[in-house]
Amino acid sequence: MSEARAQASRVGQRNRDWYIDKAVEIIVFIGGISAIIFIVGIFVFITKEGLGFLADTFDFKEFFFSPNWRPTSEANPTYGILALMAGTASVTGLAMLVAIPFSLGAAIYVAEFATGKTREALKVLVELLAAIPSVVWGFIGLSIMNPLIIDLFNVPIGLTVLNAGIILGLMAAPIMTSIAEDALKAVPDRYREAAEAMGATRWQVIFKVVLPAAKNGLLGAVLLGVGRGFGETMAVLMATGHAINIPTSVFDSVRALTATIAAELGETANGSDHYQALFTIGIFLFIITFLINLSADLIVRGVRKG
Amino acid sequence: MFDATELNQKNERVEKLFRAGFGLMTVMLIIPVLIILTTLVVKGGSVVNFDFLFQSPTNGMTAGGIFPALLGTVWLVLVALLISVPLGVAAAVYLSEYAPENWFTRVINLAIINLAGVPSIVHALFGVGAFVLFFGFGTSILAASLTLAIMTLPLIIVATRESLQAVPYAFREACWNMGATRWQTIRRVVLPNAISGILTGVILEVSRTSGETAPIMFTGAAFFLPLLPQSVFDQTMALSLHLFVVSTQVPDMPEAVPYGVALVLICLVLLMNSLSIALRVYLRGRKKW
Repeated sequence: MSEARAQASRVGQRNRDWYIDKAVEIIVFIGGISAIIFIVGIFVFITKEGLGFLADTFDFKEFFFSPNWRPTSEANPTYGILALMAGTASVTGLAMLVAIPFSLGAAIYVAEFATGKTREALKVLVELLAAIPSVVWGFIGLSIMNPLIIDLFNVPIGLTVLNAGIILGLMAAPIMTSIAEDALKAVPDRYREAAEAMGATRWQVIFKVVLPAAKNGLLGAVLLGVGRGFGETMAVLMATGHAINIPTSVFDSVRALTATIAAELGETANGSDHYQALFTIGIFLFIITFLINLSADLIVRGVRKG
Repeated sequence: MFDATELNQKNERVEKLFRAGFGLMTVMLIIPVLIILTTLVVKGGSVVNFDFLFQSPTNGMTAGGIFPALLGTVWLVLVALLISVPLGVAAAVYLSEYAPENWFTRVINLAIINLAGVPSIVHALFGVGAFVLFFGFGTSILAASLTLAIMTLPLIIVATRESLQAVPYAFREACWNMGATRWQTIRRVVLPNAISGILTGVILEVSRTSGETAPIMFTGAAFFLPLLPQSVFDQTMALSLHLFVVSTQVPDMPEAVPYGVALVLICLVLLMNSLSIALRVYLRGRKKW
């Protein structure tokens, strides 16, 4: 009797194991919230560095609507990012034109047609494609695509929207393929079975049943691809030609927002207007990608609930 | 029993057409990359040899090897792993074993997704603002590795969480019923069963970290250094940045050198990824539950 009571009291006892358990709970909790801390930290620190410019020199109209990015001008420096935005938008836009059909096509093939070993092999290949570092892609744009474009289209320079767009498309496609494939796989098999039982052919099943059902997930895949293209740095730095320009054709050289930071940050003095202006571009990039990722997540999650 | 009607035949033809079309799209996604890899091997293969890997660059980087850059990448990756693996595993343990299903956990998940989506150059700006300037590490391996660690944190969290959740819930219940505490259960049962999945995530992170360029450009990697780094407070050269430098910043560069650097970098990355994939396939085959 007393033995049992002693044991019962030991159950609620705060012994060494109890304290270790609590300590671990606190440690992993800190790990858990680290992602929040870092996201907030990123915003706080880039804002801190860019604040001087935002408070003094920043002019909303000039910043967003002037195509003149001349931060190093002695007499009259101007900080307009319109041309840089046009550069980023044109390259990302072309990249999506390249990546969307191919990645959706590949996702449909892998998810709906390929079976067994082929399927596994294709998935592994797509995964390996996604692993190629962006600086290698940039180098490919510079040394392989550049002469190829000059020869093929008989143009004076190959470091253009076309070059960077194709490179970026190839970079974004593997990720978009695997997310799109996940979205297609998430469509329950009974949808396909029901459609097939009604006499629908394979492609009817895909176009009339599977694609509409996976619509949101596919949209999420495209959005993440856009986010990837928007934030890509090294490849667009090396393959666009890095000339400030609002492009009128795919054979124009442009300059991207990200590339501008990468090319100029090393040459600016800490705390100068130019330095702070580059951090202000960083804030802008952070906010845009945050919105893109947030909406992609909301859309994809919408599917899982529905 | 039934003969194929004209409609059946037409449907079959259409289906074959679609199948071929989508297959072609898949192939066209892969072909350019195979061409690119072949070009790298053909044009860069001739310079990659033992001396190229284990000697310092000479003559303004136009001759000699890439050893300081290779070593620098190893430094950066190791220090980044030391920071991100414990943190990422802790985060994953929290999310998989402790986190309740509520708005707060949802915010954490959103933060992880966004952390993965922040452009690499913005991570670089953060590294400059926080580690180089605010914490006063200067441009150093430590600052660069911290930046890389934060950037690749989502990768390790997601991989670890997946492998933790793949451990059947019954394993935990059995352990709790034996009177084990939560931590004892995690340490003795959950983590040992998930360790290989975590390892595949870590290898993937090595691959990803060694290829990143933008985050280390202003936080710790230098174009050229005459000496090897002595501690984590020194600057270092890095393979990825070296590729950028030799292909854009140095005049009169022999064509084969940047190809050689690109080849070494891509081999390193693809080797790590293949290792991770092979490990995953092997584990899937061995899984007992």
